[in-house]
Amino acid sequence: MLTPLALEFAYWQETIVKIVIGLVAVLLPTGALVYMFLFKMMSFMQSRLGPMETGPHGAMQLLAEFGKFLQKEDIFPSKADRWVFAAAPFVVLVSTFMLVLVLPGGPSAYFTDLSTGIYFALAVSSVSVIGTLMAGWGSNSKYALLGGLRAAGQLIAYELPLVLSVVGVVIMAGTLNLREIVLSQSDFGIWFIIPQFLGFLIYLIAIQAELTQPPFDMPVAESELVTGYLTEYSGLRFLLFFIAEFATAAIFSAIGATLFLGGWTIPFVDPTAEFMNYIGPFVLGIKMIGIAFLIFWFRVTYPRFREDQLQRLAWKFLIPLALFNIVVTAVFKVVF
Amino acid sequence: MSDFLRSYLTVGIFGLLAVALVSALLGISALLRPTRPQPQKYINYESGVDPVGTGWGQSNVRYYIFALLFVMFDVEAVFIFPWATRLEAYGTFGLVEMAIFIFILLLGLVYAWRKGVLRWI
Repeated sequence: MLTPLALEFAYWQETIVKIVIGLVAVLLPTGALVYMFLFKMMSFMQSRLGPMETGPHGAMQLLAEFGKFLQKEDIFPSKADRWVFAAAPFVVLVSTFMLVLVLPGGPSAYFTDLSTGIYFALAVSSVSVIGTLMAGWGSNSKYALLGGLRAAGQLIAYELPLVLSVVGVVIMAGTLNLREIVLSQSDFGIWFIIPQFLGFLIYLIAIQAELTQPPFDMPVAESELVTGYLTEYSGLRFLLFFIAEFATAAIFSAIGATLFLGGWTIPFVDPTAEFMNYIGPFVLGIKMIGIAFLIFWFRVTYPRFREDQLQRLAWKFLIPLALFNIVVTAVFKVVF
Repeated sequence: MSDFLRSYLTVGIFGLLAVALVSALLGISALLRPTRPQPQKYINYESGVDPVGTGWGQSNVRYYIFALLFVMFDVEAVFIFPWATRLEAYGTFGLVEMAIFIFILLLGLVYAWRKGVLRWI
């Protein structure tokens, strides 16, 4: 993230800048998504106003919520497995912070240029399943255990369509590095959403399920399981899970924007120009908001699936479709 | 240190950053929050009544088959990714090879489907 500043930094200075930008990159989109979509858009779609009292149109509501959660008493259920119960939010948030690393915000504005890029992101994102299972098991509560097991079953089922839908993009770009995937899209002269539209649809459905957003929210189904694996969590520890969930939503949207919508690039503008390092992150942010809008739109529109319908959709429909997409993309790549 | 290792050092630093953030928030909260212990607060939630039996109950192992299938397909993904990056160099040879590989895996999926293990009863 440093070359654009045209200053020479020592490694430790560089690291401090990265840490500050990393915190902003995780927390700012999270707040934006929760306020814009969860508080306001969802309210308007349900014919109500949402928060209005705190600041203009409730703009300070997030700070009020944060202050509220900060003052809550810290409750450990007496029967809980204390270590597992306490460690679960750490695991989930570590997965989120490692995920944000791979996002490129410009030709030389990135945290780290991993050659494994998207593969690393997919691998790290599945670590959060362990945190969810730990929360479910450590609570020593029936609702939490059922929620945790449901989450595990759902996340492993939708991991596969997610991974396989990305392969089409990798075939077209010929690299796993996200920065090079973005550059190859401008080489093609077309965003991968058009040749890879099927892959994009599968990716959207899969991230909806990976994020346990409705209609795929069986692990936290409040009418069946109270709040699933979060039942015993209260106060700040609950907020940490909440932050991780929406931060991951923002990052998955940004990865989707990078893979399918050309990342930081703008059509007809040189993607490697120096100034792209400055406006690139904002362009990526706008595209991220676009995909996140779709996630929350589905969330508000559809009723919850049943558990067997969810598994059927993944195994009998999305996985064969994703394999079909890979074969067709590969044939096109070799023949043309 | 090489650039390759440095890029992964950043990964470690961000992992530590997450741990530090959570610890800092919990630490700040510990200064602000009240602590008034009452034994009733620490009972597990079970819709308002006292919990019956243990929370770590037994559950159906229908997850087991899905987990096995998941391992199979995830290993497949591990093979597909390197192939996908080099497809241009492999050309028709790579295409045919991977088509055979995917076909065999699809056979496995169809077998599981016909056996009825993909149902979540």
